[in-house]
Amino acid sequence: MSTAAGSRQLGDRAGRTTAAAPPARRRAGGAQRRAPWLLMAPFLLLFLLTFIAPVLYAVGQSFTRVTRAGLFGQEGTTSGFAGLENYSRALSDGGFLASVGRVLLFGVVQVTVMIVVATVLALLLESASAKWPGFFRTAYFLPYGIPGVIATILWSFLYVPGISPVLGLLGAVGVDLDPLAPSTVLWSIANIVTWAYTGYNMLIIVAQLKSIPKELYEAARVDGAGPLRIATSLQLPLVRPALVLATVFSIIGTLQLFAEPQVLQSVAPAVSNDYTPNLAAYNSAFNYNDYGVASAQAVLIALAAFVLSAVFLGLTNRGRR
Amino acid sequence: MSATTTAPQQGAPQAPRQDRAPSSSEGARRRRGTTVLVTAVLAVVTAYFLLPVYWVVVAATKSTQDLFGTNGFWFSSSPQLLSNLSAVFTYDGGIFVRWLLNSLLYAGLGAVLATYFAAAAGYALAKYEFRGRGLVQALVLGGVLVPGTATALPLFLLFSQMGLANTYWGVLVPSLVSPFGVFLCQVYARATVPDSMVEAARLDGAGELRIFHVFALRALAPALVTVLLFQVVGIWNNYFLPLVMLADQQLYPVTLGLTAWRSQVDRLPEFYQLTTAGVLVSVIPLAVAMLVLQRFWRGGLTEGAVKD
Repeated sequence: MSTAAGSRQLGDRAGRTTAAAPPARRRAGGAQRRAPWLLMAPFLLLFLLTFIAPVLYAVGQSFTRVTRAGLFGQEGTTSGFAGLENYSRALSDGGFLASVGRVLLFGVVQVTVMIVVATVLALLLESASAKWPGFFRTAYFLPYGIPGVIATILWSFLYVPGISPVLGLLGAVGVDLDPLAPSTVLWSIANIVTWAYTGYNMLIIVAQLKSIPKELYEAARVDGAGPLRIATSLQLPLVRPALVLATVFSIIGTLQLFAEPQVLQSVAPAVSNDYTPNLAAYNSAFNYNDYGVASAQAVLIALAAFVLSAVFLGLTNRGRR
Repeated sequence: MSATTTAPQQGAPQAPRQDRAPSSSEGARRRRGTTVLVTAVLAVVTAYFLLPVYWVVVAATKSTQDLFGTNGFWFSSSPQLLSNLSAVFTYDGGIFVRWLLNSLLYAGLGAVLATYFAAAAGYALAKYEFRGRGLVQALVLGGVLVPGTATALPLFLLFSQMGLANTYWGVLVPSLVSPFGVFLCQVYARATVPDSMVEAARLDGAGELRIFHVFALRALAPALVTVLLFQVVGIWNNYFLPLVMLADQQLYPVTLGLTAWRSQVDRLPEFYQLTTAGVLVSVIPLAVAMLVLQRFWRGGLTEGAVKD
């Protein structure tokens, strides 16, 4: 991406200087120098306020110890530098560590399943063999328009025996499934996430498939390639960028997992207050009023998301070269 | 609707059918078999994706008793959709309507302004050479990669010191920022706004801001649609930020309101009816929007992906 865009820019710049640019540039120099900052001002100010400031604030809080005087802190609080105390408390908390392991396991299984299913669906929809592809595509994409919380409320009803016709049907054929049991609830959450986002990822891949030039298909067919061969040697390599993009966004999403377990808490006692890292950070702050540890946890989550995405992007870029 | 509009675009993969259609009847039969098989697989998958939506349509017509007592896949003998709906809209002085309007305000106003700001910033990053550009680009990318839920918590602590927590501003202000939108607009502006056009407008005496508003915004239109849609869905679906930020039920968006109802189901069974009918009402506008906007959405995404 960078090389193509770079050379295009270089060409444009060369063309500009040889044309009638110099006098115009001298005249408009000041305005032109101010313009980008003027254009970026609203975004940058809001970005500073809602992004940079809270990140710095969280980092600051994560190194701060707050001591309350009096039984409920009504006699004022004193804060001081805590060093790495909050981090060591966050990282030595078995529950928090377990939650990190849980979302990693969740991510490996759920993101893999979702991306594979999305890819297969996209290939099937784009193959000439599918009837009514427009209808199917819309049906698969529909859940993406339903907020994660609402989707969780919906599925939470379908997970409760007595209301759920699905469980009733399974019970009738002798399958006794409790989606809210401690051993299954993680995969019930995975089901909600898969249900909500598979169609979205499929659409990204379909868009990429549509951008493959017709001539490539014809060339492959002339070479005697069947549909399967076309999929593995032509379509899959060419949709790779879309797959990378979809995987990175899914990984970031997995680490943020919050709404689904939080809403399911009311029906599934197995979902503890520190079931996912974000849930743990939320409860540290609002249930235990421990903002230091909550900030340390938030910083750790953000770092993990950042590092994972960067590593993944780096790996796939190196593999391509 | 979308089936008819999108069918002609299937050009590329459909080519083989015409190429060797008349060759042999056995091949035609095999191909018809494949079509039936593939379509059957896709239909089964459709059932999975539509099941919860179908269920809530049925459930919203039932009383709490019928919800437990009758088959969940079919309507009960005494449907009461209208009374359920009127309960949703009148409960607690019509607070559900208020929640809907709040969501509309947060998502509508937030997304429009966020898109405008992102377009201006993305255009500036793509079309000007200036000191500090690399730093701004790095910060924007950081904003894309660091999850919003990680900043929501410190944002609340910060906003509560500024007196913005538990106000409309608490949710609206963070919704105005879209680093992803800036990133997409930058990529798109680099590819679609020619330097020669900007240069020509300058020679004609147009000011820098005028060039952006008159020429660049038009060229960026497809990317803006994508950014706007992403932002609308993002704000409408956001749960963590309003949950952290708001205590006053009057300020809730619909997502937060419905979870508040859902959590009372165990103590007060009438909330079953309220929740299922409320979910139905809140899903319908989004579902319609998805169906209508799917075309734009795909176009925008393709552009973004290809230009990238």
